Amino acid sequence: MGETILELQNIAKHFGDTDVLNGISISISKGEFITLLGPSGCGKTTTLRIIAGLETPDEGRVILNGQDVTDSEPNKRDVNTVFQNYALFPHMTVAANIGYSLKLKKRPKDEIKKAVDDALALVQLSGYGKRMPAELSGGQRQRVAIARAVVNRPSVLLLDEPLGALDLQLRRQMQLELKALQKQLGITFIYITHDQEEALNMSDRIAVMKDGRFEQLGTPAEVYDSPRTSYVARFVGTANVLTGTVEAVEGDVLKVACAGGCAGALRRGYSFTPGAPITLAVRSEHVEFTKDPAACGIAAVIREKTFAGGMLRIALELSDGTTLIASRHGIDMDVQTGDAVRVTWAPASAVPVDVEAEEAK
Amino acid sequence: MKAAATPLKKKKKQSGVWLTLLPLYLFTLVFVAGPLVYMFVLSFQTRAEVWGVVNQFTLDNYKNIFQPVYLNTFVESFKLALTSTLLICAIGYPFGYFMAKLPAQWKKRVMLLLMIPFWTSSLIRLYGWIIIFRANGTLDKLLMGLGLTDGPLKLLYTYPAVVVGMVYALLQFMILAVYSSAEKMDWSLVEAARDLGATPLKAFLTVTLKLTLPGLLSGVILTFIPSMGLFFIADILGGNKVVLVGSLIQDQLMKAHNWPFAAALSVVLMILTSLMISLYKRVTHTTELEGIL
Repeated sequence: MGETILELQNIAKHFGDTDVLNGISISISKGEFITLLGPSGCGKTTTLRIIAGLETPDEGRVILNGQDVTDSEPNKRDVNTVFQNYALFPHMTVAANIGYSLKLKKRPKDEIKKAVDDALALVQLSGYGKRMPAELSGGQRQRVAIARAVVNRPSVLLLDEPLGALDLQLRRQMQLELKALQKQLGITFIYITHDQEEALNMSDRIAVMKDGRFEQLGTPAEVYDSPRTSYVARFVGTANVLTGTVEAVEGDVLKVACAGGCAGALRRGYSFTPGAPITLAVRSEHVEFTKDPAACGIAAVIREKTFAGGMLRIALELSDGTTLIASRHGIDMDVQTGDAVRVTWAPASAVPVDVEAEEAK
Repeated sequence: MKAAATPLKKKKKQSGVWLTLLPLYLFTLVFVAGPLVYMFVLSFQTRAEVWGVVNQFTLDNYKNIFQPVYLNTFVESFKLALTSTLLICAIGYPFGYFMAKLPAQWKKRVMLLLMIPFWTSSLIRLYGWIIIFRANGTLDKLLMGLGLTDGPLKLLYTYPAVVVGMVYALLQFMILAVYSSAEKMDWSLVEAARDLGATPLKAFLTVTLKLTLPGLLSGVILTFIPSMGLFFIADILGGNKVVLVGSLIQDQLMKAHNWPFAAALSVVLMILTSLMISLYKRVTHTTELEGIL
């Protein structure tokens, strides 16, 4: 990647007795699209506010463009924010909102007007300059908020769940537009969402957050295909997680004993000894099953069959009560609720997770 | 906004709610419009020799107002109201602003403290000020005890005493007006302003002040207008030295028994008041529609 534009070094923040951030570090390159993904209360908004300067960290440094800005005021930082509720000034026209930062810089009037017109064209709202924010729809306000934040061409643009208040269809469309806008402007985006689909669609890298930590930081493919913890596996793309014991290690392939049978997995760089406990994550689309009782695999009973969104979802219950989900395209499956089956998957599609955590125990 | 408002209005007209509003109209007619019309008619009548009025049309009552003595009363009242209102703004705006930023629990406590004085008659509270201000009163004793002054200041029955009384009597209205508009403020707007490069002062001037302006202006209306007419404060704390329009009306009505002149004075005061309210409407209206560009 290109040159580093923003660096967080060991940021920690406490509110009273609550640890909101527990030492997070990340280095972000110029023009990158980074998503902070996590449930509400995981510290993602606080991280954003610390970068914007609206909050001061208790520990750690914020380095922007090679300069330590940890203690500098928000107005001194080359960073702009698209707020979750848009925070458009209700007493100013759209044009005045967008031109606000330029007016503060005392730019000449005709220059401001041109920049505002360009920004409006960028978000496809040309001609809306004289409207008041109250006269706009939610989607239009969203665009104005984006135009206002990029009119200055900041080094980093922070977006706090910008699409959260929009309906699904508009959200999908805005995802594409935002991504295109980011490519066009070449500005670094730091994007907050709790929607894993949005994160997978748009990001260059995703930081999955939990309890004020980065649980995993990687490309969408890494986070999806090789989750490091069961939390990431469940949060991103809702994988099946099950526990077992390592029975044998044959080269890179692990033989794992689970309740009601055995399954395979790949070692993926971790080292295991036979007898060690192991947790596996398997995506639902990789779960296979057969009615042949002689086949190898894990014994299970079909509990539920639902069809939604073009996918057939089958809930399989193992003998220890664990439920696995298998998903298939199409509606025809020759199985009924209550059927006894044997579940298998290719070793390559099972990922060992929580390995460090297991060792720590 | 306009487009959204019109269909709503039409709906209201169609649904015949006027029937439920009838008692309200009747009440207003009898208790508000009636006395006003009577006062207006009275102001064009002639004073009777001994008692009451004679039904004879005249403009003399209005002409009388332009006598230097009475005109001067208006000017003095205006000056006093202006002084009091400016002081009330200076104290009440920051008070209301910071009150809105308090944690919810503290807001309630402060609100209670603001309300408690209202449980006592304002006249009695005013007598409290006499005890504080009079020669060798509480204030004098305190200042002399601290060695700040040598003798009594003789503050009672002076102009400053009247101003203090006005500020004291009307401050709550300003605080509550500012508080209610600051309470509605979305503080993330201030953060947005800071994020876009505004210093704290600039963010206050371009965002907070503009958005709390309706509160400040309605506070001005709520304090300026009464302070032209609160004659008992001027009487009790100012002796006969400070004569307000309010005192003048009261004197004409109760002592001189010149009802038509008192009515004419009241009409003029009301016109001035209405002018101020229409000015307020225009100002707040324009701030709503015009941005900073």
